[in-house]
Amino acid sequence: MMRSRSRLVMQGFLPACLLWFALASPAFAQGAGLLLNAPAGATACSGCHGASGSALPVLSTLTAAQIEDAMVAFSSGARDATLMNRIAKGFSADEIRAIAQWIAAQSGASK
Amino acid sequence: MTGPITRRSALGGLAAATLFAPAVLAQAKPRVIVIGGGFGGATCARNLHRLGMAVTLIEENAVYTSCPFSNLVLHGSRDIGAQQFTYEAIAREGVEIVAMRAQGVDGDARRVLLSDGRTLAYDRLVLSPGIDVNFDALPGYDSAAADIMPHAWKAGAQTLLLRRQLEAMPDGGVFVMSVPANPYRCPPGPYERASLIAHYLKTQKPKSKLIMLDAKDVFSKQRLFLDAWKALYSDILEYVPLASGGKTTEIDAKSMTVVTEFGRHKADVANVIPPQRAGAIAQAAGALDRSGWCPIDPVTFESKLRPNIHVIGDAAIAGAMPKSAFAANAQAKACAQAIALLTSGKAPGEPKLINTCYSLVAPDYGISVAGVYQPGKGIFVDVQGAGGVSPIGAAPDVRALEAQYAHDWFKITTAEVFG
Repeated sequence: MMRSRSRLVMQGFLPACLLWFALASPAFAQGAGLLLNAPAGATACSGCHGASGSALPVLSTLTAAQIEDAMVAFSSGARDATLMNRIAKGFSADEIRAIAQWIAAQSGASK
Repeated sequence: MTGPITRRSALGGLAAATLFAPAVLAQAKPRVIVIGGGFGGATCARNLHRLGMAVTLIEENAVYTSCPFSNLVLHGSRDIGAQQFTYEAIAREGVEIVAMRAQGVDGDARRVLLSDGRTLAYDRLVLSPGIDVNFDALPGYDSAAADIMPHAWKAGAQTLLLRRQLEAMPDGGVFVMSVPANPYRCPPGPYERASLIAHYLKTQKPKSKLIMLDAKDVFSKQRLFLDAWKALYSDILEYVPLASGGKTTEIDAKSMTVVTEFGRHKADVANVIPPQRAGAIAQAAGALDRSGWCPIDPVTFESKLRPNIHVIGDAAIAGAMPKSAFAANAQAKACAQAIALLTSGKAPGEPKLINTCYSLVAPDYGISVAGVYQPGKGIFVDVQGAGGVSPIGAAPDVRALEAQYAHDWFKITTAEVFG
């Protein structure tokens, strides 16, 4: 595998890919860049939190600080939950902050 | 050898062309093939496309029928149409859909063989084939027996068959369920199914019995299920664990009999959930180990047996992560990210993954299990202190809220995957 990967690099495969990313439309590049750099755990949230029309909170209307505060409160037990307390306890303060900022940036990017 | 040579000449030509013709650049996108269009594969295909890959999704069925919530179809309160989704939105987004069966994989040449004899080349391959029922594992249970005693563990015709049998069963009939040992798709699924069928019998055919024969003594959300059964279905549902002779050893479809270590159970209607293994293409690709499932690297989801082939969802050996639609969806997004990073020469970081599984014990009574996972010991391990099940003895409004959340999860996640 290593051999074939280094061969691809030499053949200009990677530079071509990077160039393609750079030339893509700005909105697309921003969305793709966010996805590419999503912090650990962040992409799982959209499995439950989507558009409106459900009892599950919509995250795209919240700021990074609001998401972070809620997650910290779920994690400490300061805020009641049916399920988010069990999820929030799996993330450190730094991870929660990174996820909150990423979700807020993503909602900003899609507006 | 054909693969690399073809690639080399294609890339050589491309490198020259990039300077002049941006349109040609599209060909430089890494080419990823995804096999299997369920919660894992469809999610992965979409995300890979959004990450700038050229993506082909190979899925033989034009319509996908979801297993999650199919127990409500058996219950009689949900139409099978509410379980069904097409690939039209995914195709519109730019993923190429090949409605054909993938027959084989040549990992050295990096090509997938289709059922019409064509082959497709890839840089990276994602296998998300789900499960196959293992018709070699339980004596007497083959595909002909499944037409008489349905498994209904792949949603669709089997679900409808079992529903028709349940509807036709007279009041006072005996419904027998056979549940396998771990691992299998959807660990709490058999217990949700027993609950909802017991609810149907209690409300429609109250003289009937449900005998649940289990090859295990311990199962998902056990205390919550047992408490609910005691409160709701004690006169209908008889649970027989391994220790009491619950393990099915043989099926006799002719006499509608489930044979266990301790005796024979004659059924009016029987639901045999048999042992399972990874979908057939995983074996054809050489990604299967002797367990019948696919060992993977928990950071990249790359097969430990075949380079450039990634496995997600039910087919993968994911350690503490269960074989669930939620897990497949979460793994799919992390896998797409890892592949995009690998193809742009970067090393993926360690992912953190989440699972949430709701079960309905009655239509307005929901319970859940959740977990957070990270790579450890070469598989996924639980993040300590996180996860767990709904509280024991919670008030009815909490159970009703979790039932509502279960429906909301289905709506939101299927919108993310197929909408």
